[in-house]
Formats: sequence, C-alpha cells, structure tokens
Amino acid sequence: MEFTVERLQKVKEIVARYPDGKQKSALLPVLHLMQEQEGWLSVESMDYVASLLSLEPIEVYEVATFYTMYNLKPVGKYMFEVCRTGPCMINGSDEIIAYIGDKLGIQPGETTADGLFTLKTVECLGACGYAPMMQMGKHYKEHLTKEKVDAIIEECRRNAAMNN
Amino acid sequence: MGVKLLLDKVHIEGIRYYDAYRKNGGYAAVEKALKTMSPELIVDEVKKSGLRGRGGAGFPTGLKWSFIAKPEGVPRHLVCNADESEPGTFKDRYLMEFLPHLLIEGLIISSFALGSNVTFIYIRGEYAWIPEILEQAIAEAKANGWLGKNILGTGFDCEIYVQRGAGAYICGEETALLESLEGKRGNPRIKPPFPAVKGLWDRPTVVNNVETLAAVVPVINMGGEAYAKIGVGRSTGTKLISACGNINKPGVYEIDMTISVEEFIYSETYCGGIAKGKRLKACIPGGSSVPILPANLLLKTAKGETRYMNYESLSDGGFATGSMLGSGGFIVLDEDQCVVRHTYTLARFYRHESCGQCSPCREGTLWMDKILKNIETGKGKKKDIDLLWDVQRRIEGNTICPLGDAAAWPVAAAIRHFRDEFEWHVDHPDECLKRNFGLAHYADPIEVVT
Ligand SMILES: Cc1cc2nc3c(=O)[nH]c(=O)nc-3n(C[C@H](O)[C@H](O)[C@H](O)COP(=O)(O)O)c2cc1C
Ligand code: SF4
Ligand code: FES
Repeated sequence: MEFTVERLQKVKEIVARYPDGKQKSALLPVLHLMQEQEGWLSVESMDYVASLLSLEPIEVYEVATFYTMYNLKPVGKYMFEVCRTGPCMINGSDEIIAYIGDKLGIQPGETTADGLFTLKTVECLGACGYAPMMQMGKHYKEHLTKEKVDAIIEECRRNAAMNN
Repeated sequence: MGVKLLLDKVHIEGIRYYDAYRKNGGYAAVEKALKTMSPELIVDEVKKSGLRGRGGAGFPTGLKWSFIAKPEGVPRHLVCNADESEPGTFKDRYLMEFLPHLLIEGLIISSFALGSNVTFIYIRGEYAWIPEILEQAIAEAKANGWLGKNILGTGFDCEIYVQRGAGAYICGEETALLESLEGKRGNPRIKPPFPAVKGLWDRPTVVNNVETLAAVVPVINMGGEAYAKIGVGRSTGTKLISACGNINKPGVYEIDMTISVEEFIYSETYCGGIAKGKRLKACIPGGSSVPILPANLLLKTAKGETRYMNYESLSDGGFATGSMLGSGGFIVLDEDQCVVRHTYTLARFYRHESCGQCSPCREGTLWMDKILKNIETGKGKKKDIDLLWDVQRRIEGNTICPLGDAAAWPVAAAIRHFRDEFEWHVDHPDECLKRNFGLAHYADPIEVVT
C-alpha cells in the first residue's frame, strides 16, 4: 500500500505547486492516486498518506469520509455508477438501474460474488443531455439502453477473462 | 442564427489542439492584452462589456475583479470553478472537452489582469478524463511561450494547475471550493471576509466560472463596448445553455440573449421541439436550484408578454410567476412527467449534498426528502403538503451558504405551481405509483403551443 516510485514522484510534483507549509492542499489529489493504485482507501493507506503529507491521520479520515468518490471499502473491478437525478430519471434511469441489478443479481450498493461488478446510484454527473448515463471508471457511458448495458457487461467480462 | 462568440470554431477539425486553435486566431487576445493593455485597462474593458458571472449568480465580472485586495507583498490567486454539479448543467464540460485552449487563453488574460502567478482550475472529480485534455492544452501553451516565466517579455509569470475534486456538489460554492483546494472538507466559510480579501490560503482570490473566463477572450478581441452591444439590456454577450429532458435535440447551445423561450424550445436550431410529439408541461430554465415554471408561465410572463432567454426576462414576475437564468441548465418536462417525482429526486439530491454545518439546511433537506418520498409513493397526507411548505420556508435565508435556498426554491415553486398534483398523489395513493400514467390529466390545463 506504499506508493510506487512513479506515484511518489507525482506526489512531489503536486506538493511543489503550493506554498511552503501548505502541502495539505495535495490531500485530494494524493487520495485519488492512492485509490487509483489500491482500488479503495483502507485505514492503513490513509495513515500512509497522512505521514507522507505530514498530517494527522484524522485530517485524512475527515476528508476521505466527506467526498463520495473515495471508496472506504473494496469495490468490484468494474463500478457502474448510474445517475438517478431528475433529468436522468425522466429519461428512464430507474429502468436502467433495475435492469443492471437484475442482470447482475445485486442491489445498488452491492458487489457481485465474483468481485467483478459493483452497482451504485449517484447524483447528477453533468451529462444530463446524454441521459440515461453512468460512470464506469474514468469514463462516462451515455445514452444507455438495455442493449448497450448488455454489451458493456459482456465487454467487461471479456476483458476480465483476458487479464486473468 | 444568432451570434456565436465561444462555440463559433468548435467544429473545426483539431481545434482541441494548439496548431489548429492558433491558426484560427487563437491566442490573439493574450497577445493583445499582455502587449498593449495594462491589468487596470483589462478590468475596465471587462466592466464595459457588461459580462456577468456564468456560474449561476450573474454578478458583474469586472466589478468582482475590481474588489480584489492588493496588500503589499501578498500573492493573489485566480481560481477557475469547473465543479459544475448543478443538475441540468453540462456546458462547462463541453467547453473544456472541445475548446480547452479557449479556457486557457481566458485564464492567462484574467490571471494577468488580477496579478495571479499561480492559477488553479478546480474540476469536479467525476470529469476524470478532462484534466488530461486541459493539461495537454496547458503544456502546449507553455511550449509556445503563452505560459511560464516572463510571458511575451512582459515580466509576467504564470502557471496553471488542474486539481480534481472528489464528488461533492457543495464544492461549487466558492468558499467550499477554496476549503477543498486547501485539502479540507468542503464546508462553506462564513462571509465576510470575502475571498477577494481572504481566499485561498488567506490570500486575495477571485473565483470565476469556466464560461465566464472563456468569455473574457471575445471581450478582449472585440472590445468591451462591442461585446456589450450583443444581447439585450444587462444581459450582454452570449450564454451557453445546456438543454436536457424531453426534447428532440438535447445538447449545449450558444445563444445571444435576445431569442424567446418558445424559439429556443421549438426551433430546429436549438431544442427542436418536445420529443415524441408530446406537449410541453413545465421547465426548469436555469439549473435545478431555480423555480420550475408551468408551460404557460414559461413562454409568456404573467403580464402576457413574450418571455426571452435572458437574466431579466426569465426572472420577470419574481418567484411568484418567474424563475431565473441561473447556470443555463435548461430542463424540459413533457406532459407525461410527474412534477412530484421530479421534485423528489431534486430534494434527495440536496439532502445528499448538504454539508451539514447549519441545522436548517441539514435537517430541512432531510425532512423535505422524507416528506416528498412519502407523497410520491402514496403515503402522504394533505397536511404533509403544508408541512413541506413550512419546512422549505424555514430554510430560506437562515443558512451560511446559498445551498439551503437552492434546496428550498425548487420545492416551493413545485408546490406553488403544481399543488393540485401533490393533492392528487395524496388522494390517489395507488395510482400515483404507476409511472407515466395519466399524469397529464390532473395538472393545470396546458396551453397548447402550435
Ligand atoms: C451550492 C452552490 C453550488 C455552486 N456550484 C457552482 C458550480 O458548480 N460552478 C460554478 O461556476 N459556480 C457554482 N456556484 C457559484 C459560485 O459560488 C460562484 O458564485 C461562482 O463560481 C462565481 O463565478 P462567476 O461569477 O464567474 O459566475 C455554486 C454556488 C452554490 C451556492
Ligand atoms: S446551507 Fe447547507 S450546504 Fe451551505 S453551509 Fe449550511 S449546511 Fe452547508
Ligand atoms: S441528471 Fe443525470 S447526469 Fe445530470
């Protein structure tokens, strides 16, 4: 759970943007780096970030619990974060959420037994004109239909099988 | 077709990259500003342009800039607000994704005008692929001498950094954004002091929206006076509108603020009419926080005059019969949509996003979410509607930041204009669970637009 050499270098670069003594400003970006590496933020990894930035561990926990993008427990290899706010709702996000849930046999907030998929509902992701939509890792999947969802799940399974 | 100042070149191949952007007139505004104008002159030009903040509040940008404190020896900062989390709003993402250099150009000029040597773009964490696009543009600008040390031999140094948030609507509020940029929870600060005096790391700071900063480029290119001639009254220049909901052509449109709401919805140039041949029922014209309007009050004011897509016309009639231009997040609801259900999703959103510092907002958003859920799912009573009204009234004006108001207004407006729909839910507990079923028939008669 310690950073790789490249990520340590990145941390240094980020801290250098701020005035002396303001290295706390790097906290959100550094937590992103940690989550990128580990998939989620364990207490140990948060303590490590605290020591790296000379912060009290509580300063890190406070922040990690405030922001919804930080995973405080492990999640599936692929996380489907489906938007359910007004504009997506009127374009059928509820049906999409139900469809994914049925297909994967999980409820929002749960992860499949094989650890491949997590389903989450989220609030407006700034893609309301391309509804219904979801975030999957770094990218958005927009204009979702049942067929599109099928294809995405299929592709995830294929990729997972290939990387094993 | 109206004037375009921001998106006029968006369809040019490769415009996302430096070469095409530069070939098509890019960075001419930086050249003009840094070589021929003083920071004071730029602020004056922006004042003359009448440009108003595009983040939602519509505060005059030049005036805001003139408030920045200049204590001896204390660095100042410009921060670009790219948090864009207001439901219905997705215009800043479009600008950053397709015209990153336009934003960078605006940021360089604005940094020069404000004396910011280190400028930040704070972008919502979910836009995870956009920072790379911006960083590529920043690197290209730097390689070509528009950023870095002693830009164009003027002695002005400037670096721009992109920093990601991590999922919190409240970080769009400027003081919460600054807290977040300092590595803390996004709890808004009590004002005063205002960021212009004590902002990032207690230094004088200006926070501006992405679109506002991009608009500085045409202001400098054409001059403030010419910019002010576009549009109408105090709604000068152009505005990006992100249109969504039940329309044929959702997307991001640049309008000069002289067109009518009716033209915007029905013209092929813009939304292309209501999807599936349905009728227009209601619209939230400026992002989820502004009041919803029924079709009749949307297209015409209470006095029966045509309503236009600008700050003044959309707010004509105040909250009793009007709304706001806000962030330009235009959400259209057709005749099948249930206002109670839509309002419930928004109340849930605000409950989720309240930072929890002030009790009227923390408790009020929780109650509104609960009561609306009950009404929507057929478990509501008549007196719940009055309770809901009471709860929203107690939030407004009693909180540290405007999120409280932003949560209260949509609920108030929904009850004000669609009370019969709430009552129908209470009276028909079984039927209201059926989605898209006969919902149009219990709403106010809709004025049919031909
Ligand atoms: C709850 C809340 C959320 C906000 N979200 C945003 C946002 O996502 N983007 C934005 O530019 N302004 C947002 N604002 C407005 C900012 O506080 C600030 O007024 C704005 O960034 C100023 O820029 P402008 O003058 O260029 O509009 C928000 C305000 C509040 C109260
Ligand atoms: S109004 Fe709400 S979001 Fe704003 S400071 Fe108070 S509790 Fe936080
Ligand atoms: S409502 Fe779903 S992206 Fe905005």
